[in-house]
Amino acid sequence: MTGPLTAPAAPQVDPARNAGRRWQVLALLTVLALVAAGLFLTVGVVGSWEFALRMRSRRLAAMVVVGVAVATSTVLFQTVTTNRILTPSIMGFDSLFVLIQTAGVFWLGAATVTGADPRLRFAVDLVALVGFGALLYRTLFGRSQRDLYVLVLIGVVLGTLFSSLTLLASRLIDPNEFLTLQDLLFASFNGVDPQLLTLSAVIVVLTLVGTLRLLPRLDVVALGRETAIGLGVEHRRVVNLALLAVAVLVAVSTALVGPITFLGLLVANLARQVLGTHRHAWTVPGASLLAVIALVGGQLVLEQVFGFATSLSIVVNFVGGIVFIALLTRESRL
Amino acid sequence: MIRIEHVSKAYGAVRVLDDVSLTIPAGGITSIIGANGAGKSTLLSVVARLLPADAGRVTVDGLDVTTTPGPVLARRLSVLRQENAMSVRLTVRELVAFGRFPHSGGRLTAADRGLVDEAIAWFELEGLADRHLDQLSGGQRQRAYVAMVLCQGTDYVLLDEPLNNLDMRHAVQMMRMLRRMTTELGKTVVLVVHDINFASAYSDRIVAMRDGQVVAEGPTAELMEPAVLRKVYDMDVEVHELGGQRVGVFWS
Repeated sequence: MTGPLTAPAAPQVDPARNAGRRWQVLALLTVLALVAAGLFLTVGVVGSWEFALRMRSRRLAAMVVVGVAVATSTVLFQTVTTNRILTPSIMGFDSLFVLIQTAGVFWLGAATVTGADPRLRFAVDLVALVGFGALLYRTLFGRSQRDLYVLVLIGVVLGTLFSSLTLLASRLIDPNEFLTLQDLLFASFNGVDPQLLTLSAVIVVLTLVGTLRLLPRLDVVALGRETAIGLGVEHRRVVNLALLAVAVLVAVSTALVGPITFLGLLVANLARQVLGTHRHAWTVPGASLLAVIALVGGQLVLEQVFGFATSLSIVVNFVGGIVFIALLTRESRL
Repeated sequence: MIRIEHVSKAYGAVRVLDDVSLTIPAGGITSIIGANGAGKSTLLSVVARLLPADAGRVTVDGLDVTTTPGPVLARRLSVLRQENAMSVRLTVRELVAFGRFPHSGGRLTAADRGLVDEAIAWFELEGLADRHLDQLSGGQRQRAYVAMVLCQGTDYVLLDEPLNNLDMRHAVQMMRMLRRMTTELGKTVVLVVHDINFASAYSDRIVAMRDGQVVAEGPTAELMEPAVLRKVYDMDVEVHELGGQRVGVFWS
């Protein structure tokens, strides 16, 4: 290895210029998000502008709420697990949502499920998902603080279990009901209930305000448990609060529009990459903006180019995946 | 002064610390020696409240480490563990700046920045300050971590095998810097060290552990005796006086 004397000179980076560059990146992302939103609202309107704008702005609002929730939850989750590949969806969240819907259709019938008060369905989904998340994290993190692999393993096994149960139930139900079920399971912004949207927005905003105070301490938690404790951070407390926020955010977005957390992995890492920092005060807004851009842009492409012939997740993952790989190869390391 | 009173710790059925009582006076370097599995790192972790003890009490200048609020204790006592794999990518300066967290809560003042620069200069890391940790050699990285701990500005500094992965030159350099931290800055340094000759050459006091118990402790000269080392390591170690140092010859 090179010694201190023979080491090649490091590029001098001025911290103030770094911050300036990060502001520029955030400003650029904001502009992109606004452009995407503007295009989404105005492109291809036929007939009544008032009606189109009202319907589209509702969908736009849903995408903003969900984008922020998914991005923030993934960033926080990766911090407390000190792992940049884990996401709440790997931990079985999406498959639990799918299982709840399938079980509902299986036992109650499609007519009952789709005919039920959307607020009731939302409440049931929310309670089940938050309950599941809290239970999973509490038992896993409570028992031993560092068993990350056990955590992943249990998450993956539970995810597979939920998927298998879903598969079993969907084989057993009536083919017509199965079609209705499939509609429930695709992430969709088209049929979002305005009341639920407002409620979700309020919950997300409250959760974000709650996590705001945690952000500097989360920067330290990202260094690992022992370093964080050494630096005086009450690790267990911060991790528990962050995981609670994650459970609430994931549950809200999934209950509102369906399984969409695939987005998180992409935007969380992309945000760190383009901002060149892991500081939460930067990455949380950065990832949120990226998520909004991806969702709105993806939905725009889905509606205007493909005429709804494919799914949002395919559009977002395809484009996002290419961007991510391009960034990786350019910098050659994360 | 670090006071350890009747501390016990077991992993399952294995007792790693067995009713340990020990007082580490303020000032100077105290080295903890002992064979693998003797409980050295566990003891250090308990003192640094990284591990809860099953029984007993540890106080640092009268502050109980389990009940004192984290930030208060983090301004009094800092710790560096052996493994420091990180999932985040940091520059040396960013890492060292984290040492100010107990004081600044994440918002660095001009004074904090000055202290960060001082710590970087202390460990001769100026040329590497804006490089990422993964671009450094093991020795450079180790210095960066110790610089962070120094930047924390605590009276007590606990280090778990700071010489790990260091070659002779860097190991000596590290020990000299720790020495200077005690003489020039008045710190109390407690470290776990494997090489008894490094312990002998640089420390003021030695604590010897075996099977979860302190078997001997005292000024370095008293501990560097064949009889004591035999009790600690269960092997014969000749001790010679060489250039004013007591050197253990264990390659017999």
